[in-house]
Formats: sequence, C-alpha cells, structure tokens
Amino acid sequence: MNSTVLSSIKKDYIYKLAKQNKRIDGRAFDEYRKITIETNLIKKAEGSAKVKLGNTQVLAGIKMDVGEPYPDSPNSGVLTTTAELIPLASPDFEAGPPDKDSIELARVVDRGIRESEVIDLEKLCIEEGEKVWIVFVDIHVLDYDGNLFDASSLAALAALATAKVPAERFELGEDYPLPVRNPPVSCTFSKFNNAIVVDPNLDEEMVTEARLTVATDREGNIRAMQKGLSGSFKVDEVRKIIKTSIDTGVQIRKILEESIKNGKKN
Amino acid sequence: MKSDIELIDKNGKRLDGRKPDELRPIKIEAGPLYRADGSCYIEWGGNKILAAVYGPREALPRHIQHPLKAIVNARYNMASFSVEDRKRPGPDRRSTEISKVISEALERVILTEQFPRATIDINVEVLDAEAGTRCAGLTAAAVALADAGIPMRDIPVACAAGKIAGQVVLDLGKEEDNYGEADLPVAIAPRTEEIILLQMDGHLTVKEFDEALDLAIKGCHTVSELQKKALLKRYGVL
Amino acid sequence: MKKEVRDVVFPSQFLGDVNQYKAGQGTFVENGKIYAERIGIQSIRNGVITVTPLKGNYEPHAGDVVIGIVEEVSTSTWLVDINAIYPALLHVNEVPWRVEFGDTARYLNYGDAVMAKVLSSNEPDRLQITLKDRGLYKINGGAIIEVEPTKVPRVIGKNGSMITTLKKFTNSRIFVGKNGRIWVDGEIDAIQKIEKAVRLIERDAHTYGLTERVIALLKNDGR
Repeated sequence: MNSTVLSSIKKDYIYKLAKQNKRIDGRAFDEYRKITIETNLIKKAEGSAKVKLGNTQVLAGIKMDVGEPYPDSPNSGVLTTTAELIPLASPDFEAGPPDKDSIELARVVDRGIRESEVIDLEKLCIEEGEKVWIVFVDIHVLDYDGNLFDASSLAALAALATAKVPAERFELGEDYPLPVRNPPVSCTFSKFNNAIVVDPNLDEEMVTEARLTVATDREGNIRAMQKGLSGSFKVDEVRKIIKTSIDTGVQIRKILEESIKNGKKN
Repeated sequence: MKSDIELIDKNGKRLDGRKPDELRPIKIEAGPLYRADGSCYIEWGGNKILAAVYGPREALPRHIQHPLKAIVNARYNMASFSVEDRKRPGPDRRSTEISKVISEALERVILTEQFPRATIDINVEVLDAEAGTRCAGLTAAAVALADAGIPMRDIPVACAAGKIAGQVVLDLGKEEDNYGEADLPVAIAPRTEEIILLQMDGHLTVKEFDEALDLAIKGCHTVSELQKKALLKRYGVL
Repeated sequence: MKKEVRDVVFPSQFLGDVNQYKAGQGTFVENGKIYAERIGIQSIRNGVITVTPLKGNYEPHAGDVVIGIVEEVSTSTWLVDINAIYPALLHVNEVPWRVEFGDTARYLNYGDAVMAKVLSSNEPDRLQITLKDRGLYKINGGAIIEVEPTKVPRVIGKNGSMITTLKKFTNSRIFVGKNGRIWVDGEIDAIQKIEKAVRLIERDAHTYGLTERVIALLKNDGR
C-alpha cells in the first residue's frame, strides 16, 4: 500500500556516487551514522533501551515472567524475541500479524543473543523441570531510515544488560540485575553495483541487491550471520565484510558498553 | 481490597501528593519522528506515548474509499512491555474499542471533505502505561495531526476525571484507576467545548457526574495550552 | 542568528470577523468568524486573511509544473506519483511521442521521472498531467532532491533570486518542481553542495539573512 516509489534517477545517482567511493549522505563506505543509546526509559519494563542510528529509532523492552521450561531443557530459562514493524515507523508498514521481515529481524537478533550466550540460561532456573525465568525481548521499531538489524540488536543488548530480574514481584527474593555477558556486535552491509557499504540508510536499502549481517564477539569470533535479498556475494567479498565487522565492531562495542555502564548507575 | 489503601488522606492529599483538582506532570514534544508526516511524544504521569500521522493519502484498497471525504483511521496499540504483566503483541478487544472512539472523536474536528477518497492514518503507541492512556493518546494524536498540517476546526484534547473515596477528582493515577469508584474520560474541541469523546464506568450520581465533567473539561483546557505551546516551540520561537 | 516568528498561527486560532475581512486560503468560517485551519503564517492583504501552511502535502493546481515518478504502467496510460495525495494520470494522448497501444513501457517505465504540467480538472482527486508543452520532457541523469512543498517558494526566491544564486555558485542546471521535487544536473560536488543548501533553506525558511548564509555555504569548498 502506498509504497514510496524509487526513481531510476535516484538509483543511478547512488550508483554514480558509489563509483567515486561516495555515499548519498557523505559517509565513507565503512562509516556508521551517529549512534545514541538510552537505557531504562520504560518503567513498566524490566529493562529497556532506545537506540538512535542516524534517523532510525528502535526501542527494545525486556519483560520477565515465571513459567515452565521446555521439556528438552528442564534446567534452562527461556528466551524469546519478537519484533514489531509498527505502522508508526514508516508509511509502508501495515498493522497486522508479524510478516516475513519482522520475523526475520526477530530471529536474527535472537540468534545473535543466543549464540553468544549473552544470558546464561541455566542461571535462570528456579526449580528444575518446574519453574524457570522466561525472558521476553520485544523490539519495537519506531522510525525507519534503514538498518533495522543493527539498531535492533544494539537496543536488545543494551536493554538486557541493564535489566533487573523482578524476583520481588514473584516472591522469589530481592530484585537483582539480569546476568549478561559477552554481547555480540552486529554489523550489516549492503551491496549495490559492486559497492559494499556498512549501515545502509533508507535510500541505500532501496537499491540494495544483497545484504549481509555479521555478529562478532569481543575475541573477534563470528557468532551469527544472515544474508538477505536476492543478490549474491563473492567469497572474498564475504571475507572482507567479516574483517570490517570485526574492526567496526570495536568502536560500536565501546558505545554499547558506555551506555550499559551509564544505565547501571541508575 | 481498597480498604487498606487510603486514596485521599484527611488533608485532601492523594497518594502521589496531588490535590483533588491537580493534573499529573505533563510533557509534550511535537515532531520527534523522521518518517511520519506528523508526530508527537507525550509523557503524562507515568504514561509514555508516541503518536504518528500518515496522510492524507490515497485510501487503498479502493473499495474502502469514501467518495466525498477522507477516512479517519486511528489505531491505538499498547507495546507488550508497556504494562506490568507483559501483553501479547497485537490488538485486543480493548485496543480495538479505544481505536474506534478515538477515530470518531478526531473525525469531528478534521476537515475531511477536503480529501475525498483518501485516508488519514493515526497511530497511537503506548510505550509505558499508567492509567489514562486513551486521553494522553488522543491528546498526542491531536498534536501529531497539527504537526502534519492536516486542516482541523480545532485541536482536540482529552482528560479524565473520576471518583475516589467518595470524592470527585481530576486525572486518575494508577491505584486510583484500580481502586476508585468511577472513571470518566472526556475529549473536547476546546474552542467550542463540544464533547467529542465521552465514556464512563463506575458509579456516579447525577450531581457527581456534573462535577466530574466540569473538572474534566477544566483539565482539558489546561492541557490544551500545553499542546499549543509544544506546537509553537516547534514552529516558532519560544 | 536572529529568528523571527512571523505571525505563526495554529488550527482554530481566531483571525478576524467576516464583516471586516474576507476569508482566504487556509482559513475556515464559523458563525461569522474566520479561523486558521492549519499551522501556518497569517497574512492580511487587501482585506483578505490567508494562512500559508508551514507543513502539509503538495496541493496540485492547474498549470503547475511538477516532477513526477512513474509508479504504474498500463496499456494506454501511466500513473505518476507527483507527491500529492493521489497519483496523477498521464494519457498516451498527452505525450510528444506516438505510442502504440500496449507499447507504453518502451517510452516511460516504472521509476522514470518526468517534468510535467498539471491539467485543469473538475475532480481534484483524478488529476491528469501532460508532457505536451515546451519545457516538459522525460528527465535523464542528475539527481532529484526532495524538499517540503511548503518551502518551494523559498527555494525559488523572490523573482527566482535564490535559484539564480544556487545556479551561479555551482554551475549546474536546476529545476524546482512546484511539488517539492528539485532536479539538479552537474558535477557530483555541485549536486552535493546544492543538497546541503536546500536543507539549510528548508530549515531556516522563515528567518532573516538566509541568502547570505546560503552563499557562504556554497562558497565553502571544504566540508
């Protein structure tokens, strides 16, 4: 409904700029837009974080509940991630049940958290086989100007790292900080006309042929990857992307850790 | 249940220290979003609500179009993390009803005849909830509509009054909403004081209703000034 | 930087009585009183009160020259997005080429941009545009910059003064569509400079000294 039409003039212009190693908003190919992270803003949530990545804004909320574990992991807490592309955020988002894009977004962010073992799920066991903590990560996209993967991943991690387990409410003792560790950093790349850029904005996403998200940890190991769209990557393009993820990941991790530190003070 | 909570003490002070005719603290910001045609962020007590407007734009699919005017389509939604017990994502019956009454209220003030076959989509997203979300939501939606340049006869505004511990008070807070005796959300077009949204649940005598309605309308006028201030801040100099 | 509030009015603000003034664009009348219908700048000229909106859609008028983008191709028509509420129709009879039935995509395809003129119509929601006039054509090359439609007059300037300034300092071709789309053709550096200038004009449209600041930006060779 009412999709924004991309003009071929804009597409040609972006391609022309790329040939000169330029981007439509003046950034370098491996440059991120400005990132700001605010934590603990939603009082009803156990944890929350709002990320601004350029004009893109994503809010993640953490809610916790006590419930039954999965039968095949009786002493493990449960982590579940959902994402909503609410109509608020773009003229092209429609109200309704999660579509392919929001499901892919949720699952990719979830994989990053899960495979990095950000939460030690065994620590969330209350009574083996009977009661465990369930952690709900809900990603709410508020303003869409490209690169929801990275913004959502940062928001989810910052929210988790500053969340409190609501033990008091369930009469299980005192509230305590949710134990998290080793947050991965997600870097998303966009390929168009043989140029590969990091952190695509909306205009760049509209001309993207192939997309690759790579999540890396502090040691420079790969924790999750997702390729999207119908274009393709050459093998050494993928290798280069991994290297850039690790390098860029260092700066982004600094911003993330700074915001977590500030959030914990509150 | 309500016997062990003193909603109003002997000095007339409420749980959060407010007097019976006092509003919770309110902050309104116009235009915080980049993509939306118009937007507004409001903090009202513990409520944090974001409203965004898209439109007027062509109404699709074509069979929903009205040949003479624009459709006003407001959607009220609560984020799953906005309440103490996580809410499952998606509309429930309560949000559907609130969406309807807000749409109808806004339709009264928007000059819809200027945009036949179009739709004006208004999204109200509750990010943090603490009683009175529909009033705060409508108030934010109104600012978002003005911010989008949608022509209106008035800037609508809403405020609730209620009854706690036998007394009529303005702007119920969380415990007051749970343990009080009546809740009366009201929206008006402030220029003419036309009532465009009115709901009530609980128990009020006719006299109490008159008192509550008066109080709610007074509250509406106070909030109306805050809406205009927020808009002037964005478009002028303050 | 001095900023001026030139009579900013908001919806439902009282502007005057019907027996003293005439109600112009951007106002409505109720019980003999004139009110603003949107956020805008009030002005009174020859006894007519008008409110120029500060925000809002592009409202097409017959004769406007606009930049449109093709969003649908049919056998004898194209639907063109002109940044208004509804797309406009372009009929094969209104283009300078002889288009065979069903051959439309060969001339104008999805995503192509055109410089077109709005035709007069009785139904504002079923507008038609034409390419059959001097200065109208399919656009190639360059870049399209979007600006808020309400700011278009400022980008053009009094008697085209602002556009002339932009052209002079960047040596490029510029055309400003009434619908808030600007087409620029020139060196990439020039296009990027013009985009920065347009953002500045958009942000500071109602302030003093804007032209000087735009010139300073254009003269500046660095970032």
